[in-house]
Amino acid sequence: MFDFAVVTEWVDGLLRSWLPESWAVLAEFFLIGLCLLLAYAVIALVLILAERKVCAYFQCRLGPNRVGPWGLTQSVADMFKMLIKELIQVRHVDNFLFNLAPYIVIISSVLAFGCIPYAKGLEIIDFNVGIFFLLAVSSIGIVGILLAGWSSNNKYSLIGAMRSGAQMISYELSIGLSILTMVVFSGSMQLSTIVESQADGWFLFRGHIPAFIAFIVYLIAGTAETNRGPFDLPEADSELTAGYHTEYSGMHFGFFYLAEFLNMFIVASVAATLFLGGWMPLHIPGWEGFNAAMDWIPSIFWFIGKVAVMIFIIMWFKWTFPRLRIDQLLRLEWKYLLPLNLCNLLLMVIVVVFNLHF
Amino acid sequence: MKYEDFNDNEYLEELRKGGVDVIVGKLDELINWGRSNSVWPLTFATSCCGIEFMAVGAARYDFARFGFEVTRASPRQADVIVVAGTIVHKMAPVLKRLYDQMADPKYVIAMGGCAISGGPFKKSYHVVRGVNTIIPVDVYVPGCPPRPEALLYGMMQLQRKIKVERFFGVVNHKQPKSENPDNEK
Amino acid sequence: MEKIKNRILEVVPEAVVVSEAPLTVSVPPLPFYDLARRLRDDEDMRFDYLVCMTGVDEGESLGVVYHLRSTVYGHELVLRTAALDRENPELASVVDIWATANLNEREVFDFFGIRFINHPDMRRLFLRNDWVGYPLRKDYNADEKINPVRLESEETIDVAPAYEASRDGEVEEIEHVLFKEGEYVVNIGPQHPATHGVLRFRVQLDGEIVRKVDVNCGYIHRGIEKMCESLTYPQMLALTDRLDYLSAHQNRHALCLCIEDALQIEVPERVKYIRTIMDELTRLQSHLLFWSTFCMDLGALTAFFYGFRDREKILDMFEETCGGRLIMNYNVVGGVMQDIHPNLVHRIKDFIKYLPPMLKEYHEVFTGNIIAQQRMKGIGLLSREDAISYGVTGPSGRASGWACDVRKIHPYGVYDKVDFKEIVREDGDVFGRYMVRMEEILQSLHILEQLVDNIPEGDFAVKTKPIIRLPEGNYFRSVEASRGEFGVYIESRGDKFPYRVKFRSPGLPLVSVVDLLARDGKIADLIAVGGSLDYVVPDIDR
Repeated sequence: MFDFAVVTEWVDGLLRSWLPESWAVLAEFFLIGLCLLLAYAVIALVLILAERKVCAYFQCRLGPNRVGPWGLTQSVADMFKMLIKELIQVRHVDNFLFNLAPYIVIISSVLAFGCIPYAKGLEIIDFNVGIFFLLAVSSIGIVGILLAGWSSNNKYSLIGAMRSGAQMISYELSIGLSILTMVVFSGSMQLSTIVESQADGWFLFRGHIPAFIAFIVYLIAGTAETNRGPFDLPEADSELTAGYHTEYSGMHFGFFYLAEFLNMFIVASVAATLFLGGWMPLHIPGWEGFNAAMDWIPSIFWFIGKVAVMIFIIMWFKWTFPRLRIDQLLRLEWKYLLPLNLCNLLLMVIVVVFNLHF
Repeated sequence: MKYEDFNDNEYLEELRKGGVDVIVGKLDELINWGRSNSVWPLTFATSCCGIEFMAVGAARYDFARFGFEVTRASPRQADVIVVAGTIVHKMAPVLKRLYDQMADPKYVIAMGGCAISGGPFKKSYHVVRGVNTIIPVDVYVPGCPPRPEALLYGMMQLQRKIKVERFFGVVNHKQPKSENPDNEK
Repeated sequence: MEKIKNRILEVVPEAVVVSEAPLTVSVPPLPFYDLARRLRDDEDMRFDYLVCMTGVDEGESLGVVYHLRSTVYGHELVLRTAALDRENPELASVVDIWATANLNEREVFDFFGIRFINHPDMRRLFLRNDWVGYPLRKDYNADEKINPVRLESEETIDVAPAYEASRDGEVEEIEHVLFKEGEYVVNIGPQHPATHGVLRFRVQLDGEIVRKVDVNCGYIHRGIEKMCESLTYPQMLALTDRLDYLSAHQNRHALCLCIEDALQIEVPERVKYIRTIMDELTRLQSHLLFWSTFCMDLGALTAFFYGFRDREKILDMFEETCGGRLIMNYNVVGGVMQDIHPNLVHRIKDFIKYLPPMLKEYHEVFTGNIIAQQRMKGIGLLSREDAISYGVTGPSGRASGWACDVRKIHPYGVYDKVDFKEIVREDGDVFGRYMVRMEEILQSLHILEQLVDNIPEGDFAVKTKPIIRLPEGNYFRSVEASRGEFGVYIESRGDKFPYRVKFRSPGLPLVSVVDLLARDGKIADLIAVGGSLDYVVPDIDR
């Protein structure tokens, strides 16, 4: 299997041969940052288009098909428009916080975006508490949303932000606990190690019942984390017009819009990494020929494929279910998911201690 | 519909004939391409035409094909306001405010007889005789209510209109100097 | 009837019986309130449903006409009273007798300036607060300079005026506080995706919980009733389609019936069949649209597209026969505009086969969903008594256990010849209102099934005089529109123009119960309640 470390080490070597070490490191930082932002933007555009197409097919429509071949450049057009649209300065708002909020949201999602192992040897931030870091930075986004709602000086925004706060903080628990379950199982918090240890079977299969429960809980909580339907209460079109970003226009709104899609990508890729083996091909112990054949498919495709499936499922949720009410949303978390999660954690501990897994 | 069959509004292309600098012109083209292909309407409907507006968004007519997809409920994020239905005296200030709340560039489509002139309710004591008395209108789509195809056609006309805009503010060379408002300053 | 007449004369000896069928009694303003109370409470009369309340400018005095109906016995009564002082007109309010009078009296105040004593909230209903004059009075000055298009927003009233009679008969103005200082009041509307048009709710919130809803109408008040007074009868027909554009055929049917009644025209059997078929198709498309938008209000976006996809099939039929998709202009006095298209019959037959599997899919996609069930069941409870008192008719009323289908009470068209079930449910919540409509779709299909093969041959219209003059008198007819009882009241003075036209809109009572249903629920419940009532705003504002 192709190891991306070959490419990165070659670039590293090349830079070091030209530049002094400190400058080389600086140049690498710069390069990586550039790649990251570029990938971020491209993935966001692809996701926006994918969402449009997927929802169109769910709804017996065609979706965008006039802009570019098969409507492929639709989201590029959207981006151009958004970039040069006026940024309205609203009176009676807390200007500093109002302008800061979208950046907090986008920064938190870029940071989380950087933690994910994309392919063999293609990890940007990879250290021994990787998952912990990922959880921490992705939670910063709530602050941005709360600030956006608070500083807008708009009643809809405020209600949206408060809903969002209640929702995110609750569902963070479920996400944390279901990830914890998998950390107990794998014995490591380093994302690359977690992926490597799924070489002889993905965790979803090896961890059987507790892993499966954790997977389901993670999917529900993850969808809620991204503020997508059926958990899109903070924006709730039919209730709060546009929720916490009602007052934002132009690219500031664009940031919220992008972050929503990227958060979906992050949730999907964490699910793929923890439960479906990340970039690890499908291996079945004992079937050597099969495993070798699977290894022929490059790891990045494995990763993208798994993430695409997860994203499709999350979109499927949105375009199928009606929206929950705020009390139902909180009841689901505190009365059902949380106790279930705690029991599941205990179950997982028993499974690990008594070595009942595959 | 082929583009050639579509040219019943030649004056739009007339505006382009003057020619511009290459770089600025190309940038303008790029910007206009983006703007014209991503016209997000505001969810705004007052009466009958609103139902037809919804029908245009629904499965059979599907304006998402042209990139009018995301109907935004917040005026801050919308690009075009389709005035679908009668505007009455009590609604007039609200419509004005909605228009003011939208971010530039913003466009207005007057859909249906009521929005154009008051339509069947022209004689009423409480109806505004045409939204152009309140806000500037870009495209008029007649009908009571207009057929969905008519609205699609109107929106495509709006796209053409956007395509001859000049983001970098180049004047139209064909226009006599005396008529150019920039010269008077 | 004789008994009722005697009973009324017993209470108010000075009452004048104007006509016998329908029983119309003119009562002086002073004993009016006591009579009204007796009419509702008396065991033999029980007029518990105020169908329609109309203000009329009678020259020297300003009159009000009350159409009453008893839901127990089914008998009807028209009550007239008048405020004699034109400059300072005052009448007793009947809000505490029939709750539906609340918005209706505000409407009369708005149009005629009659102040209702003991009404809690005498604000204008449709027009701006700073409007000059009362437009439906005959001496109203329609000069553009007096009421120009103002672009500054009107001031929002938090303290409404009200008039109260003290014990010695003196009328004094008191203040009725709607929202206190410091309460968290959110505007929902006029431009809001969930208000189905331009309706404005002022909602007092306590966190997520709705404490009070104040309905503000008039953002699409087009003054249709005033316009009708200067139009001939055939010209008037065009405006009814635009009232509740989702019940276009039915509205127009009501007006045609009313005019035909007055002229004593008997329409051919074929016309009756065609009109009934068109009414039911209209009901179908309206209920399909209800399903789409209601699901969208609850956040199920895909459902919206499914409903619209199937609705287009009905619009195709309309287009083929009538020429229009939404505004059809099909019924005329004495018949219909032109004969049905030959394709209509087999298209309807195809549709009858097409829709039931789709309905099954709807139920699978939405009704059975646990989230949808939890959002609908037990939310927005409306009791039968409240439904009658507020005059909530149509599917919403039937969901509260009130059998109020005009098609059964006063059959028109060929409804007396077809077999169909009136869907009545006892739950009275959002789910009940939803299910009544879904089951009515099946009933409409059933009606169509019986009619479509049996359309008799004959003319599609009878000849009428080129200029239609209605004989002097008052006429009231109502039909079952998609969202309730739609009535037309015409007062004619023998002219070719009507003297006063009033449309009894099914929508106005529907919005008047929003406060009752949504109070102490969540914001999301308010949206669900609004969606389930399925009002159409131009129908409310007229």
